[in-house]
Amino acid sequence: MHASSPPAKHSPWPAGDLTRVPYWVYSDAATHAREQDAIYLGPVWNYLCLEAEIPKAGDFKTTWVGEMPVVVCRDESGQLRAFENRCAHRGSLLCLKNRGNASEFTCVYHGWRHDMRGNLTGVAFRRGVNGEGGMPADFDLAAQGPRQLRTTTLCGLVFGTLCADTPAIEAFIGEEILARLQRVLHKPLRVYGEYTQVMPNNWKLYYENVKDTYHSSILHAFFGTFKVSRLSQGGGVIVHESGAHHVSYSLAHQGGPDHAFEQEALRSNQEQQLRLEDTSVLHIVDEFGDQCTVQILTIFPGFVLQSIYNSIAVRQILPRGVDQTHLVWTLIGFADDDEAMQTLRMKHANLVGPAGYVSMEDGAVGGFVQRGIATAASESSVMLMGGREAKSSASRASEASIRGFWKAWRQAMGI
Amino acid sequence: MRTPLPSSEHLLLTAQLTHFMEDYARCLDQDDLERWPEFFADDARYKITTYDNIRAGYPFGMMYADSAAMLRDRVKALRNANIYEEQRYRHILGLPFITRAAVHTVSAQTSFMILRIMRDGQTMLFASGQYQDSIAIHDQRFLFEERIVVCDSSQIDTLLALPL
Repeated sequence: MHASSPPAKHSPWPAGDLTRVPYWVYSDAATHAREQDAIYLGPVWNYLCLEAEIPKAGDFKTTWVGEMPVVVCRDESGQLRAFENRCAHRGSLLCLKNRGNASEFTCVYHGWRHDMRGNLTGVAFRRGVNGEGGMPADFDLAAQGPRQLRTTTLCGLVFGTLCADTPAIEAFIGEEILARLQRVLHKPLRVYGEYTQVMPNNWKLYYENVKDTYHSSILHAFFGTFKVSRLSQGGGVIVHESGAHHVSYSLAHQGGPDHAFEQEALRSNQEQQLRLEDTSVLHIVDEFGDQCTVQILTIFPGFVLQSIYNSIAVRQILPRGVDQTHLVWTLIGFADDDEAMQTLRMKHANLVGPAGYVSMEDGAVGGFVQRGIATAASESSVMLMGGREAKSSASRASEASIRGFWKAWRQAMGI
Repeated sequence: MRTPLPSSEHLLLTAQLTHFMEDYARCLDQDDLERWPEFFADDARYKITTYDNIRAGYPFGMMYADSAAMLRDRVKALRNANIYEEQRYRHILGLPFITRAAVHTVSAQTSFMILRIMRDGQTMLFASGQYQDSIAIHDQRFLFEERIVVCDSSQIDTLLALPL
């Protein structure tokens, strides 16, 4: 069923080559359509929500797996359930709210009822009216229904999969990534806010951007100038052996001159000219006790955990057609944060999101590429920084974790 | 409940606030960003958030400052550090509705629509919502003590570079 080669009209893509990515992958409609089945319905864990968003029995939230609408909820016994947000009958959305509390889901169109697991439990006028009409006697409720997801939780995060073969999430992400996840999400969470950034580009351009450790202190002048993160600071990149997941991190700047950075004469090095009047936005509490001030972690195919200074957020990457992406941000902290920590996190949240001193450029740069490659379907990008492999590295002057993404993507897509 | 007829003092204050709000909008729309922090008291709070966040009781938004100095830093970063394509806004404001008036402070809510005009000429409805303001009256001047910008939508297109 899966094509083993790219669309015929496009350039060839040598097997195993992770250093070139042909531009048709960001604009080809057939490829986009196939990603829904090959990736999101495949052996992956899709991020759905935080446990803290649906704490009580009956709580639900609507979300997406790729472009599939999904309801995630906590049933009467407290178990987390997730199912396609699609009525068993004619396919209407079952749940029309962003969040709420319910004991069942009844379709507004013809009143078909579904329980908290997504099982069809009732059909309006099943026996007809006055002995006329109604469903055939052999109609089997259990044989109908929206697709149900298997759910799992990890560190307060809820994930779902539609594939029977998906391994346990701990095995899926591996020990090294797991440890970096547990490092941040080590106690009960609370939600501080959310918003959605609508990006004018294919979802993969954003995912590459998140995994791109090379760009961060170049594009983001704020980062480099105020030493939030520079390639010349200590840190590293961990790439899962499948290439699918990664962690990049940087350690606190040790102070003093920074010749490696200055030699490059970058726009992002304006330290002499640019000083903040209110430096409270740069004060950090070393809350994990390891001097690691920035960490970005991804779980394929659509999850990002960010800790940038004391701003912690999860980002859900959702494709919306071939050339648009929704990035759903949920800003979080811990249930036991005191008021001072809450204020600090709120100040550090100025670094991220659509208005983020650091992140605003990430919202735009994918669109720059999408527009730049408008007629370049048969051309390719170059990703040779740090070699040709998709392996962990002590240097972030590397594109290893982006190559990892393409390793996982080609594997999933059979390309 | 029937709305009582406003007094002439109330209408005068509404007109004065309207002038202040328009001045603020013109400052942003005319790329006079350096003047923007001057609309705020030194210890003012400025926040951009969404209707959904307010309804859910979530305290965070997309931009937050608790001093005019932080606003000046925002302008400095926009001018010197941040990358965004050339763009400008056009604010369309409703009339300020006074929710509380005392001798030295007034609270008001004002609807806004903000169009964003990109360098290629594309114009879009970028944001709509309500300013929820607490304003000090001092030396015949208004100053924001608090300006909470509540966007109707939880979606922001591409980026939110210029303040609202």
